[in-house]
Amino acid sequence: MNSLLAQEVPLSWYLLLSAALFALGVVGFLIKRNLITVFMSIELMLNAVNLSFVTFAHQWHAVKGQIFVFFVMMVAAAEAAVGLAIIIAVFRARATLAVDRIDLMKL
Amino acid sequence: MNAPLHLWLIPLLPFAGFLLNGILGRGLPKWLVTTVALLAPLAAFGVVLNAAAGFFGFGPATGSLPYIETCPIPWIDAGVLHVNFSFVLDELSLVMLLVVTGVGFLIHVYSVGYMGDEEGYARYFSYLNLFLFFMTVLVLAGNALVMFVGWEGVGLASYLLIGFYFNKKSAADAGKKAFIVNRIGDFSFLIGMFLLLANFGTLTFSEIAAKLGMDPGWQGGVVTVIALCLMLGAAGKSAQLPLYIWLPDAMEGPTPVSALIHAATMVTAGVYMIARTHVLFDHSPFALGVVAVVGAATAVFAATIALVQTDIKRVLAYSTISQLGYMFLACGVAAYSAAIFHLVTHAFFKALLFLAAGAVIHAIGGEQDLRKMGGLWKKLPVTFAVTTAGVLAIGGFFPFAGFFSKDAILYAAFLQGPGGKALWFVGLVTALLTSFYMFRLWYLAFLGKPRGESEHPHATPWSMQGPLVILALLSIGGGWIGMERFGSFLAPAVGARTAEGGSAQLELILSIVAVAVALAGWFVADLMYRQQPARAEELAAAYPGGYRMLAHKYYVDEIYGAVVVKPLLGISRYVLEWVVDIGLIGGTAWLLAGIATLTGTILQRWQSGNLRSYAAWLAAGAAALLLFVLVPWDAVLASLTAIHLGIAGH
Amino acid sequence: MHLILFMVFAGFCLAGAINLLLQSHPISSALSLIVVMTSLAVLYLLLGAEFLAAAQVIVYAGAIMVLFTFVVMLLNAGREERTMGSGVARLVGFPAVVAILATIATVILQAQGLGSAGLKDGITSTEELSTVLFTKLLLPFEVTSVLILIAILGAVALARHGDGERTAGK
Repeated sequence: MNSLLAQEVPLSWYLLLSAALFALGVVGFLIKRNLITVFMSIELMLNAVNLSFVTFAHQWHAVKGQIFVFFVMMVAAAEAAVGLAIIIAVFRARATLAVDRIDLMKL
Repeated sequence: MNAPLHLWLIPLLPFAGFLLNGILGRGLPKWLVTTVALLAPLAAFGVVLNAAAGFFGFGPATGSLPYIETCPIPWIDAGVLHVNFSFVLDELSLVMLLVVTGVGFLIHVYSVGYMGDEEGYARYFSYLNLFLFFMTVLVLAGNALVMFVGWEGVGLASYLLIGFYFNKKSAADAGKKAFIVNRIGDFSFLIGMFLLLANFGTLTFSEIAAKLGMDPGWQGGVVTVIALCLMLGAAGKSAQLPLYIWLPDAMEGPTPVSALIHAATMVTAGVYMIARTHVLFDHSPFALGVVAVVGAATAVFAATIALVQTDIKRVLAYSTISQLGYMFLACGVAAYSAAIFHLVTHAFFKALLFLAAGAVIHAIGGEQDLRKMGGLWKKLPVTFAVTTAGVLAIGGFFPFAGFFSKDAILYAAFLQGPGGKALWFVGLVTALLTSFYMFRLWYLAFLGKPRGESEHPHATPWSMQGPLVILALLSIGGGWIGMERFGSFLAPAVGARTAEGGSAQLELILSIVAVAVALAGWFVADLMYRQQPARAEELAAAYPGGYRMLAHKYYVDEIYGAVVVKPLLGISRYVLEWVVDIGLIGGTAWLLAGIATLTGTILQRWQSGNLRSYAAWLAAGAAALLLFVLVPWDAVLASLTAIHLGIAGH
Repeated sequence: MHLILFMVFAGFCLAGAINLLLQSHPISSALSLIVVMTSLAVLYLLLGAEFLAAAQVIVYAGAIMVLFTFVVMLLNAGREERTMGSGVARLVGFPAVVAILATIATVILQAQGLGSAGLKDGITSTEELSTVLFTKLLLPFEVTSVLILIAILGAVALARHGDGERTAGK
């Protein structure tokens, strides 16, 4: 019981989890057809990266790692605000949220 | 100490005349243009006389010839090539300069009268002065490159003056023809210069002569090649076979131009050049032989054509080619002094004949066809008299100028062994023909019944008559200096070849033979054109093929046109224009543009506007980067080769 | 203990992420993402980052995801439509993802010197965090506040009813 309770988690597991979350975020970015859902996959990717930062901060006892996560969160918040505003603007212009229908950048 | 001769003034004064008349001439009054135009050659002639006087003992002593003047500003100083603007006055160039500036000045005076009513009066004189500038540069040149400047320059002046009536297509074409044919000769001259530079390291004539003299090993071989190249250049300028075709066409220019450039001075530049570089020719008997054969062949060839020409200027043109052939023959038997002597006398009587023809043409209102002239001896007495003097001179009658120089040439040729005797015979035949066609011209133009429109002929102004008289006097007395004294005078410059087997008696006998032949020619001409004028047409009708061939100048122009000109034009139009220009170059441009457009069209599909495909490519790019950075490629490659070898080994 | 907590909440993370991919209605995806965020907060706590755990819940789960939900409701986004897929995305994208995952995993697994986390490890105090943040990294902090200001302005400008939208609406 003691050994089970006292068992430690190797940090590589945290990192693997982070990698897995990141990969899932990319997959979501690729297969999702709703613009908002695609944006959510991006947020998932950011969070995965945050996790690996915190892991390394724990590894080297560096506070700066955690501070960087703090900044990432701030930037993600700003980005989410502006991005959603853009999505609203796009929706107003094109009346659709389907990713495949918004192809104004086609040559 | 030498008093400076200021040789540089000799070219510079005509050049100044050219600039003044060329740039300002249109606005200046005619008398001013005339004054400037006449002052330039007169002043140049004055400088030459001053130099001559110094050497002949009159005036302040200026030391001995050769007198070299080098411009202090260096011209070319590049590696092996060191060339300066240097002028050399020696016996040869002195004689040449006297002829060029003296006869040149006379012709300038004549032109005042002849071209008096022409438009482009100032332009004419500026071109004439330009010609004089270049010709004097050519004569005074101390090295081959300065001579080449003059050489090309006189070609340019010739082109400008032949095409003086540029509104006439035939004149413009003639100018072009002259320039292009001359270019071929110039190219050969250039090759000769390159070879000179490669073998002797210098282009200065005196240095080359010194190097050739020092080393007896220079015989044949490369010297022959150089000499032949130079000879071809001279043949172009002096209208010898095969590059003579431009001279008859050059008669499109005004008659004084024909007199100055195409009789007296420019065409003699080739002979002058050979005399200048005679050292090279002396070391190559083969080249000398070629020169002699070319000269003799040209002489008789041109004489045969002159027999049936109907334009008065054409007769004189072919006569010029023929006489130049004599000069080449003389050079070919190493009798350079004789060649120069004939050059001088020929300048006198040929210029005289051309100017007289010009007077005739001017008097009867532009008619040049001999068949339409006749009976002019009463209306143009002075012209008739001077023409008679000229005809007698060119025929080689004693004691006129042509007798002495022509005999010197034939005598020198005769002494050159069996080949020389053959050349002598050809020269003799040519003398017969020359006498015949010149008297034919004389009879047709002046004697007999008038065949032309008998309007009252214009009076010839004194500006035209004066030079005619002076040249006639020179034609009569120009040869009295005698070959011996002339030859010994020129010997320091052109060498003296002692003739073996010669004697005064042989010379006398040969002279008598030559005069007899000339008289025979006169007799036949008299027969055919005075006593029985119908005989000429009967003879022509009896041999229609031969007559036609002569009248069409052996169809040489047509042959050249078909063999040289047409293929070149064809190659230009069809090969160079279609294959190279449109096909290769255009095709390459088209191909490159096509590739760019095609690439664009293919890559355009990548920009689909589809967000998901963009995302996919982003992911792919990131994956590629990660793989590139994180995978140890050398280890991978090593293990792969190990596997491959392992499999292969089994 | 640490291990059990890790396993449970890591499982929640993965389950939420996969659910995000599988759901067709965006609101369901948003709720799954909230689950992922809160699980991550617990994981941060396990790694000793207490401030970050709190910030994660407050900012991410509490603000950003709420924003997402509001936008979904505002735009009345319904179930995802069936649109033509992108062949390229499947052909190029999936192998790329697999490659990325494989590479990173290989590197992680081969890395030496990675320690481990346990309950006895200390927690980074907020005081520690703020000392560094407000002294050494003051400038980035201030710049971030400017960034947020810009974001606010941008969001307001982009999302309001302007003339452009009126004409597009026609």
